[in-house]
Amino acid sequence: MGKTIAEKIFSKHSKKDVKAGDYILAKLDIVLVNDITGPLSVMEFQKLGDIKVFDKDKIVIICDHFTPNKDIKSAQNVKMLRNFAKNQNIRHFYEPGHVGIEHVMIPELGLAQPGYLIIGADSHTCTYGALNAFSTGVGSTDAGMAMATGDTWFRVPPSFRVEIRGKQKKWISGKDVVLHLIGRIGVEGANYFALEFCGEGLRNLSIDDRFTISNMAIECGGKAGIFNYDEVTEKYLKSLGIDASNYVEADKDANYEKSITIDLSDLDYTVSLPFSPDNTINVSKLEKTYVDQVVIGSCTNGRISDLRVAAEILTNKKVKDGLRVIVLPGSPKVYLEALREGLIEKFIIAGAAVSTPTCGPCLGGHMGILAEDEVCVSTTNRNFIGRMGHPKSKVILASPAVAAASAITGYITSPEEVM
Amino acid sequence: MILEGAARVFGNNIDTDLIIAARYLAETNEVELGKNLFKDLRPNFVNEMNKGDIIVAGNNFGCGSSREHAPLAIKGAGISAVIANSFARIFFRNAINVGLPIFVTSENLSSIEEGDMLSINASEGILLNKTKNKTYKFDPYPEFLLNLVQIGGLFNFTKNRLKEV
Repeated sequence: MGKTIAEKIFSKHSKKDVKAGDYILAKLDIVLVNDITGPLSVMEFQKLGDIKVFDKDKIVIICDHFTPNKDIKSAQNVKMLRNFAKNQNIRHFYEPGHVGIEHVMIPELGLAQPGYLIIGADSHTCTYGALNAFSTGVGSTDAGMAMATGDTWFRVPPSFRVEIRGKQKKWISGKDVVLHLIGRIGVEGANYFALEFCGEGLRNLSIDDRFTISNMAIECGGKAGIFNYDEVTEKYLKSLGIDASNYVEADKDANYEKSITIDLSDLDYTVSLPFSPDNTINVSKLEKTYVDQVVIGSCTNGRISDLRVAAEILTNKKVKDGLRVIVLPGSPKVYLEALREGLIEKFIIAGAAVSTPTCGPCLGGHMGILAEDEVCVSTTNRNFIGRMGHPKSKVILASPAVAAASAITGYITSPEEVM
Repeated sequence: MILEGAARVFGNNIDTDLIIAARYLAETNEVELGKNLFKDLRPNFVNEMNKGDIIVAGNNFGCGSSREHAPLAIKGAGISAVIANSFARIFFRNAINVGLPIFVTSENLSSIEEGDMLSINASEGILLNKTKNKTYKFDPYPEFLLNLVQIGGLFNFTKNRLKEV
């Protein structure tokens, strides 16, 4: 029997011939924590005694959730991480001025590469599957212990094959693809599975579309969302100066327990209504749904192409009176690109607030908290009860194009309606 | 391992934001976290429950965030175990790693009502509803996980491994 991409990556990292279902210890290429999960990881690590981390260059600490710090506790947490990074000589430690959202920054820094095995104490660590890596979210104890040993335990997951066909119409993005997928299979449709994306339609999905899709693999329970390596990945990695000859392909006779086909040409603008990412509907079938706030950003859709789409739609237009629009570039690099391209100016002229990179509003952390009964259309990844603030507020998930169009009208709108 | 307590019944897809909302995540102490357990879902939950109570849930318990604060809050509030039809992967992993006993059963638990007295025999894989005199089976942990749970979670596992080196 042939092997899936997941089985191959785990075989290489455990130096064993593994198959789905095996419990193994596997070596890690990157261990990631943030300002919420990192303090717990470090506390556990320090209980092991006066020891050094396994590799000071393979641990990444990105203070992105509550930063710039929203309160004393979050400032204390970052202070603790800062001291830890200094004492352990950790190279990849980032906070405001240099910090972006971890899942936007890590690819930019060239830290995620094809064939890598990456864990992060953040559920959206699955984002790097877009680059043909096996990357997955874990808890703080996992990350803390891995900082010491450089490995951790895994159950090798079975795989779920997602074949992409066709070509999408203008304004349809990776977000529509992944919301459509989650709507079709449900929030636990891929629980414990590694999703593997393949097919001739992949060539129509940009690297940023792929980041969005892999990012939300967790929202249908996926342990990872891995893309086949192709010329799109190669071009992106080359732009970062990365030689990606270690990419991994599945064997032709690999075993997939489930499979699904998505034809991009069938897709329409898709949104997820409260309170579950699988509660999806096409915008064309939605009753007029008014919103109080629009958020464009996050680890799902805070990349330069997302901001370009939003700016294109908002150019020479005004944000609807009474609406709050918050744009959050995903990293300093994205911010600078947006500034140089004139996108930031377009946002401000249209009437949007532009924030420094932070996860802030996505998880109801800070900068854009919702009051009782308020509704927000957001390019983020979760619309759980109370996700963005008051337990009686609501979040509707959408692509940057739909979010920007909705900013103009004040209700959930397709980009075609305003362009 | 025998665990006993009253049932606290929840439905499907109980996400980590409902278990412990993001606004409490600057906290790292499990007892402090436990004070805000299920705050947005059942605001009086921590006052209504007693130490040792057992959470009974449907599918996909713990979906969402990787926040280990979720199993820590459950442990910190004094819940002795969670039994559900399925768990989200990261939550399952975190619970094992921090030593919160959790069990998966394929049996229909819908006849268990809030407050029923439950007893879990972890090694035999039996859940007994003492109030209704009804038993349910669940799969005991596979060998690797049993080892991890028996030595008290990932911390002890790692400490032992570091000693060996």
